[in-house]
Amino acid sequence: MQGELTLGPVLFNWQPEVWRDFYFEIADEAPVSRVYVGEVVCSKRAPLFDKYVDAVVDRLKTGGKQVYFSSLAEVSSAIDRRLVKAVTTDNDAAIEVNDISALWHLSGKPHVIGPFVNVYNEDSLDALADEGATHICLSPELPKEGIAALTARAQERGVTLETQVFGRIPLALSARCYHARAHGRTKDSCKFICDLDPDGMELNTLDGQPFLTVNGIQTMSYTRLNLVCELAELMELGISHFRLSPHSAGTMHAAKVFRAVLDDEITAEEANGLLQDCGPDVPFSNGFFHHKPGVEWRVSGALV
Amino acid sequence: MSSIQPPELVCPAGTPAGLRTAVDAGADAVYCGFQGPTNARNFPGLNFTPEQMAKAVDYAHERDAKVLAAINSFPTAGRTHVWKEAVDAAVACGVDAIIIADIGMARYLSTRHPQQRIHLSVQAGASSAEAIRFWCDRFDVKRVVLPRILTVAEIKQIHDAIPCEIEAFVFGNIGMMAEGRCALTNYVTGCSTNLDGVCSPAGDVHYEEDRQGNLTSSLRDVTIDRFAQGEHAGYPTICKGRYSAPHREHYYAFEEPVSLNLTHLLADLVQVGVTALKIEGRQRSRAYVRSVVSAFRGAVDDYAAGRTPDVSHLLALTEGQRETQGAFRSKTWR
Repeated sequence: MQGELTLGPVLFNWQPEVWRDFYFEIADEAPVSRVYVGEVVCSKRAPLFDKYVDAVVDRLKTGGKQVYFSSLAEVSSAIDRRLVKAVTTDNDAAIEVNDISALWHLSGKPHVIGPFVNVYNEDSLDALADEGATHICLSPELPKEGIAALTARAQERGVTLETQVFGRIPLALSARCYHARAHGRTKDSCKFICDLDPDGMELNTLDGQPFLTVNGIQTMSYTRLNLVCELAELMELGISHFRLSPHSAGTMHAAKVFRAVLDDEITAEEANGLLQDCGPDVPFSNGFFHHKPGVEWRVSGALV
Repeated sequence: MSSIQPPELVCPAGTPAGLRTAVDAGADAVYCGFQGPTNARNFPGLNFTPEQMAKAVDYAHERDAKVLAAINSFPTAGRTHVWKEAVDAAVACGVDAIIIADIGMARYLSTRHPQQRIHLSVQAGASSAEAIRFWCDRFDVKRVVLPRILTVAEIKQIHDAIPCEIEAFVFGNIGMMAEGRCALTNYVTGCSTNLDGVCSPAGDVHYEEDRQGNLTSSLRDVTIDRFAQGEHAGYPTICKGRYSAPHREHYYAFEEPVSLNLTHLLADLVQVGVTALKIEGRQRSRAYVRSVVSAFRGAVDDYAAGRTPDVSHLLALTEGQRETQGAFRSKTWR
């Protein structure tokens, strides 16, 4: 199989040196063709690793990766707006747009649309292509029928499509920081407490059932999305790029496993076994793709 | 405040009877949607047929009230004709504005029906001046419904930087997650808020009482909350449930079951440039709509006349009899 692997932006608050070293390793070792870099969840975090951005980008480019800057997903405060403006106008980098505000600054320049901008239908794809979108990463919420309809239009428009295939699923954004709230603080007085949880803070139901993951203002799935068994179908549908979402452990391993499947070196079933070792140690899910509850995990169409 | 133009009072209607109730109670404008997935309140027994919408427009216009059609869910790929037909039908009904969230629908509406007034739904999640300017520039949007995540001071900054009117929520459910970007319901039920217009669908909601009288609410097979006997039991939406974090037990991780009530900020909102005040609740009863609309009609009229209104009884209509000013008063809520 052909198909390109991409690495989505780090969504969590990692220590700056950990963040830097993660990307250095990706640059040198990971079989991914494209890497997205930048703060998507909370503008307060961006300055923490700012000092390493240039070095990371240089290393990634030296490693042969295409580098894109991901813009903030929710934009309201003055600091949010400054960050989006800086990312979209103060450099000549390629941009992944995660909020419509970035489109205002880009004013028609070619760009990538990220998964936080809703592209649920052909008319939206058309409108965004007219604004300069050349590549779109679809929402993980889309079922296969929706993907099929979108790929047909994307091919007409010369737009390439990407979808997340591994990692916790972004489910919601809020103005409120739930990490801060859990610790009796507010967003403004958070003291960056989200750095305690490099893969997010897990929430259990009152019955003790693991349910969701909190990442600052973002809510994610507890389960890990895993579409390795759907890769061939996604390619047949017309998806050309497959996104891995970084976690604190196992990302490199996952990249190698997915690459091996795309290169026909191992089967998807073999890959599933190998992916069990990519932390965090939580169940897989793939329900959204099959037009079922996103939390569900189906193998060969059967609910497990 | 008497020198300030009174704001437009925008009220919800889930049914034709609800619309008549809202108009009769003093709404300046009523928002409603068609039956089916084209609006973000796609509940059984709610919403309008095109024929009902046309009659509703006549009823409202005869009483100097406006009708705003919410076609504010995101069209499903391969089925956009359903949403386009809804837009065409709304235009044919003579509605005063169409509230949209999807960029494809905005383009369709602005090119196919260039004379039709467009409002940008809260579902579009336009929370910055730049995002709003984009929508205004590209699609000639005349009004933006702001997300419930901004302080009054931030609303003023936005007002000063955009070329369109502002509509702000003042009462009803407080949406915790950024509207138009929440897949929590779909994660649990397989029904998408964005695509199907349903949050916490009733068919997946269950209540179970044990022998001690404790009530457990759940969504599909996920326990959302548990209430002691006599405790007010809220509707189980995921963002208003109780959960446990590694270091904190059984707490409202996102928000308590409270309602938004900005009665005491009305004057501030109008002074910073809010044109229209919006009451949430198309799924509510006619009695509720009558009470809330009447109270806010009185409040707006009192403010406009320089009087201080008494709207303390609105508290009885809030969720769990608890209210909040959410993000509007200060950033500490965040």
